[in-house]
Amino acid sequence: MGFLDRFFKEPSWGVHPDDHKRPAADAPLRILPTPERVYMPLSQHVGGAARPIVVVGQKVLKGQLLADAQGNISAPIHAPVSGTVFSIGDVTAPHASGLPFRAITIESDGQDRWIDTELVADPFALAPEDIARKAAAAGVVGLGGATFPSAVKFALGKRLKVETLIVNGGECEPYLSSDDRIMRDFADQVVDGVRLVMHAIGAKEALVGIEDNKPEAIAAMRKAAASFSEVKICPVPTRYPMGSDKQLIQTLTGKEVPSNARAAEVGVLVHNVSTCAAVHKAVRLGQPLVERIVTLNGGAIATPGNIYAPLGTLVTDLLAFVGLKGEPARLILGGPMMGTPLAHDRIPLVKGASGILAFNAAEAATPEAGPCIRCGTCADACPMGLLPMEMAAHIRVEDFEGAESYALGDCISCGCCAYVCPSHIPLVQYFSYAKGEMMAAERVKLRTDATKRLAEARTARIEREKQEKAEAAARRKAEKEAAAAAKAAAAKAPAKDSGQAQGETV
Amino acid sequence: MNDNLGSPVAAPYTTTSNNPGRIMATVMVALAPSTLYGFWLYGWPSIYLWLITIASAMLGEAFFLRAMDRPASKALTDGSAILTGWLLAVSLPPWAPWWIGAFGGLFGIVLGKHVFGGLGQNLFNPAMVARVALLISFPVQMTSWVGAAPLFAEGSPGPLDGLVILFKGIPAAFDAMTSATTLGFSKTEMSRGVDLLQSAAHAPALSMIGERAGSMGETAAWLIIAGGLMLIIKRVISWHIPVAMLAGVALPAAALSAYDPAHFLDAQTHLMSGGVMLGAFFIATDYVTSPNSPVGRLVFGFGCGLLTYVIRTWAGYPEGVAFAVMLMNALTPIIDSHFRPRIYGRNRKGLPLQVAD
Repeated sequence: MGFLDRFFKEPSWGVHPDDHKRPAADAPLRILPTPERVYMPLSQHVGGAARPIVVVGQKVLKGQLLADAQGNISAPIHAPVSGTVFSIGDVTAPHASGLPFRAITIESDGQDRWIDTELVADPFALAPEDIARKAAAAGVVGLGGATFPSAVKFALGKRLKVETLIVNGGECEPYLSSDDRIMRDFADQVVDGVRLVMHAIGAKEALVGIEDNKPEAIAAMRKAAASFSEVKICPVPTRYPMGSDKQLIQTLTGKEVPSNARAAEVGVLVHNVSTCAAVHKAVRLGQPLVERIVTLNGGAIATPGNIYAPLGTLVTDLLAFVGLKGEPARLILGGPMMGTPLAHDRIPLVKGASGILAFNAAEAATPEAGPCIRCGTCADACPMGLLPMEMAAHIRVEDFEGAESYALGDCISCGCCAYVCPSHIPLVQYFSYAKGEMMAAERVKLRTDATKRLAEARTARIEREKQEKAEAAARRKAEKEAAAAAKAAAAKAPAKDSGQAQGETV
Repeated sequence: MNDNLGSPVAAPYTTTSNNPGRIMATVMVALAPSTLYGFWLYGWPSIYLWLITIASAMLGEAFFLRAMDRPASKALTDGSAILTGWLLAVSLPPWAPWWIGAFGGLFGIVLGKHVFGGLGQNLFNPAMVARVALLISFPVQMTSWVGAAPLFAEGSPGPLDGLVILFKGIPAAFDAMTSATTLGFSKTEMSRGVDLLQSAAHAPALSMIGERAGSMGETAAWLIIAGGLMLIIKRVISWHIPVAMLAGVALPAAALSAYDPAHFLDAQTHLMSGGVMLGAFFIATDYVTSPNSPVGRLVFGFGCGLLTYVIRTWAGYPEGVAFAVMLMNALTPIIDSHFRPRIYGRNRKGLPLQVAD
C-alpha cells in the first residue's frame, strides 16, 4: 500500500484489528463425530420461537421437523441427528445474560439417518415463491449472525423489485473463517445458492464482496462463478466492518441506505455466503438447515480450525474435539468485535454461530478504562459517521435524549470506537445501556399511556353508566308516572265509559 | 470448567494497544528535536528552566490528585503533565528566572486543568493558560529575550553560570546577550514612527534554522515542522488544524503586506517568527481543547491563525498565538456542536436521505 493510498483511496472509516484468521482458516475442514446428545433451541432466529411438534420418547430421523414456525417472522427447527427425543426443557441461551430458553434434547442413535428428502433437478423451473417456501420450510435464516428468516427477506426483495443481490463474503471479524472455508471448499454450492436467491427475488445481478485478505476464497469463487456472468466476484479492501450490510452496500454499489429505510428500498438485498449455501441445500437437496461450519479459534485452543458440526452440539463437545491448551479466560460466540460472551461452555451451537472463540488470559485481558481525552479517534473510526465521545458524554450523565440528538439509534454496535479508544472506554457498553434504557422508557411510556387510556375509558364508562342509570331511572319514573296517569285516566275513563255504557245499557 | 469467564460487558473483546501514554510519548518525541536545538542555542539556563517547569507541572499534578484522593502514580505516568510542562517551557523566554517556570507549571496544571475536572475536562489549553497568566503578571520577565549563546561556545554561560542566571538573574557579564525578537522589534519601531522599510535594515535577522532570539523551543521552524509532519504521518494529529492555522496567518499577512509593505510584515516573517509553528502543530492540536470533526478543525485552525495575525498586527502585544488559541478554545464547544460530520444515510442536517425512485 502506497503512502498516498493511505490518505486518499481507502475508506476513511473502520479499523484494522489483527485478524488472527490464520492458521485456523488454512486448516482443512474437520467433521465432528456425532455427539451423544444435541440440544436444539426453539429460538435460533429473529422472531417468534418455533412450536414443538414432537413428544418426549419419539424417534426422529436427521432432518425431521421438530418444531414448526410460529407467526409471520419465525423459522422451523429440524433434528440435527437421528435418535430419540430425550426431553423438551430449558438450556442456557447463548446470550450475555446466561438466561435459560427452551430446547429439544435428542439422544443420538449414532446412525445419522436422514429422512427422505425431495431432490429437485431443475430448481430454476420453480416459481420464485416456491424457492422462498422451500427455504422457509428448511429453516434457513441469515447465517452471518443476524439470523433473520431468509424467506421473509426474499419476499421483501421480490415485493420491492430488488435489482442487485449483494452476497456478503466479507467476514471482517477477526478470528473467524467459517465463510472463508465455505467459499474455499463449497464454492459451487455457494454460487448455486446465490443464483437460487437471485431467482427467488428476481435480481438481475449478484455482487459477491470478499475481503482481499482471502485470496484462496476469491480464486475458488471466481472459478465456480466463471460460467455465470450475472454472478460477479468483487474483492473489497480488508477493513472492519466491511461485512456490515450498510458498509458493504456502499463499497460495492456506492449507494447509501437512508437511516430510516431498509436496504431493499434502495434496490439491494444482502445475504451471507453461508446462507446461500444453505439455500442451495434446502432447494436442490431438500435438506433442512441442521449443520453448519463453525470456527473454533483463540489462544486457548490446541488445534484451531473449522468444524462441520450438527446444530445443538454443546460448546463443551466442540472444545473437547479441538482440545484446550488451558482454561479459557473468556468464551465468545461469534467474533471478538461483535460477539456474545458465554457464561460457560454448556451452551448449544445455534444457527447464527459462525465461531466459538476461547481466549487465553493474555487475549482476554482488558485494560482499565481511563478518562476521555477527546482525541476523536472514535469519530474517525465510526463507519456511520457518528460522534461516539459526545454520545458517551451524554450517556454518562443519563442524558439519553442528548445522546439520541447525536443519532444514537443509527449506531450499528460494530465496536470500532471502543476498539480504537486509547483510553479503553467501553463505548459499546455505554450505547447498549442507553439503547436498553430508552427502550425500557419507551415501554414504560406505552404502558403509562395504555393505563391512562384505560383509566379514562373507565371514567367515561362509569359516567356513561351513571347517566344510563339516571336515564333508566327517569324513564322508569316517567313510565311509572305515565302508568299512574294512565291508571288514573283509566279509572276516570271507565267511569265515563261505564256511564256511557251504563247510559247505553240504560 | 471455570465458570468465571469475566464480566459480561458488551463487545468488543479486543482492543488497540494504543493508550494516552503512548500518544503523549509520540508527541514528546516529535517535540524533542526543536527543544534540543533550543537547548543548544540558549545553553544551560534554558535546560534548567525546562527541567524546573516540567518538575513543577508534575508536582502540581501529584499534589492535586493527592488532595482529591485519587491515585497519582497512574496519572503521572501517562505523560500529560510532563507534556503540559514541556509545552509551557518551550514557549518561555529561555533565560527566564526559575520562579517563572515553577509558577507557570503549577498554575497551568492546577488552574488550567484540574479545576475543570482533570484530564480531558479542561476548556483551555493548560500550557497556554499558564503562559498568558505569566505574560500578564510578569511582562518584563516574559519579554526578556536573549540572542544565540550556543552550548559550549566561547562566551556562553557554563553550567554554573546557568544556575546563577536562573536563580539570581542575568549578570552584567551576559547583558550583551539580551536581544529582541523580530516581532517585538518591528512593533517597537512602528510605535516610534519608524516603518518596516526603514527598520528592516537593522532588524534582527530572521534565521530559517532558528538561530535568533525567541522562546526556548519556538525558533527552529523547520525542526518543528518536521516533528509536526511526523505526528501527522503517525496519525496522532490530523493535518486540518496546522494547515488551517498557517493559512489563517499567511493569507491576511500576504494580502496586507502586498497592499502596504511599509506597515505590514510579510507572510514569511509571520510564519517563521514567534510561536506560530509550535502553535499550529503542537498547541492548537491539543485533543481536549480542539474540535473533533474535520470541518470544525479547519474552522478552529483558521480562527487561531487569523486571531494571531490580528493580535500581532493591531493589538498591544507583539505576539498573539497564546491568546488566539485560548480564544478559539473557548469557541470549541460551539464549533463542535455546529460542524458535525455527516452521518451515513443522513444529509448534512441530520435528516434521513430520501429514497430515490
